Amino acid sequence: MSGVDRRFVLLGGAALLAGVAGAQSGPRVIRIVARRFQYEPAEIPLKAGEAVLLELQALDFMHGFNVPALNLRADLVPGQIVKLEIRPTAPGKIDFLCDNFCGDGHEEMNGRFIVSA
Amino acid sequence: MQRRDFLHLAAAGGGAVFASGLAGCAGMQTAGAATGSDFYFVQLSDSHWGYEGPANPDARGTLPKAVAAVNALAEPPAFIFFTGDLTHTTDDPAERRRRMTEFKAIVAGLKVPVVHFMPGEHDASLDRGAAFQEMFGPTHYSFDHQGVHFIALDNVSDPGAKIGEEQLAWLKADLAGRDPQAPLVVLTHRPLFDLAPQWDWATRDGAQAIALLMPFQHVTVFYGHIHQALHRMTGHIAHHSAQSLIFPLPVPGSQDKRTPLPWNPAAPYQGLGWRQVEAEQKGLQYDIADLPVAKA
Repeated sequence: MSGVDRRFVLLGGAALLAGVAGAQSGPRVIRIVARRFQYEPAEIPLKAGEAVLLELQALDFMHGFNVPALNLRADLVPGQIVKLEIRPTAPGKIDFLCDNFCGDGHEEMNGRFIVSA
Repeated sequence: MQRRDFLHLAAAGGGAVFASGLAGCAGMQTAGAATGSDFYFVQLSDSHWGYEGPANPDARGTLPKAVAAVNALAEPPAFIFFTGDLTHTTDDPAERRRRMTEFKAIVAGLKVPVVHFMPGEHDASLDRGAAFQEMFGPTHYSFDHQGVHFIALDNVSDPGAKIGEEQLAWLKADLAGRDPQAPLVVLTHRPLFDLAPQWDWATRDGAQAIALLMPFQHVTVFYGHIHQALHRMTGHIAHHSAQSLIFPLPVPGSQDKRTPLPWNPAAPYQGLGWRQVEAEQKGLQYDIADLPVAKA
């Protein structure tokens, strides 16, 4: 995984699950909604060392969720929730973007994790 | 510019060495054996017909200016190819076809008998290439000219920026049995390699296409998508992106977002352009000249 940002750790290997989210204890859950042409929220504060569970849902298109620095991506099929568990290990900024072309505005569909100490 | 005014940048040894040179021009040279005569062709890219916005207040005038510039060449090129994003995307299938119809009417004014088209994601990703194929034909194909084998690859009809297994199989079959020393030119819209994945400047399965091309010693890729002229190597394969005919985009990593560079009223059409490529030494050397749409 050359080029992968070591400030994040994917818990449980590639912890990519597709299905219906259920109640569970464990890491803090951050829900991210993808719709043309934005992620909500687009800026996500995180703390270094804290594991979080991302729950991603697309509303209107099979958007892509790509975090190139982590070599991590998933297709977001409308009607399904994709879960990704990550843990940043150091402060910094990590960008993510939609990588399935979704229309006039696709190029602006991106976001960022902002990791504080 | 006369054909012999192309900048020559020599390569060394048996491999391909890329070097930069005079502003706006670049070239490469490889060594090997082939058949055929010298010729030159023109690359046009990313006209985004239908775009309206501040990044180009003359959006409807820029493509016609490029057509006029090509028509003014003292010696016509052997052929022209467009490397995608002929039109700007729209959700409306009828409007997409209307834009393609207008585009076709404008480029019909080119005084060059052979013009090859290929789609960009703005043309093809929302309908998986349906309108493009109706208006322009296949999205991937190959042809030969003066001993050079040209291959147009479609890495945009899949909205996930994939070439796909079927087309990769077609590419493998197209390459089968070819002389590894014979010159190949590959035309794509997106870069085949991971130029800037954080800006979606990549092809998800591009590495598979590059792997199929690697046994061939003289491969050159011309592409669009990134609205600027960049010259990169992956191993011995040279990749040359072209300027656009609508608005320039930033150099990868030079700014936070991939937003268009603003229109400069003091230097209109700055950063826009088209390309002449001189194929010399029987298709083993390509001298590239990136030319402006209009003189400042």
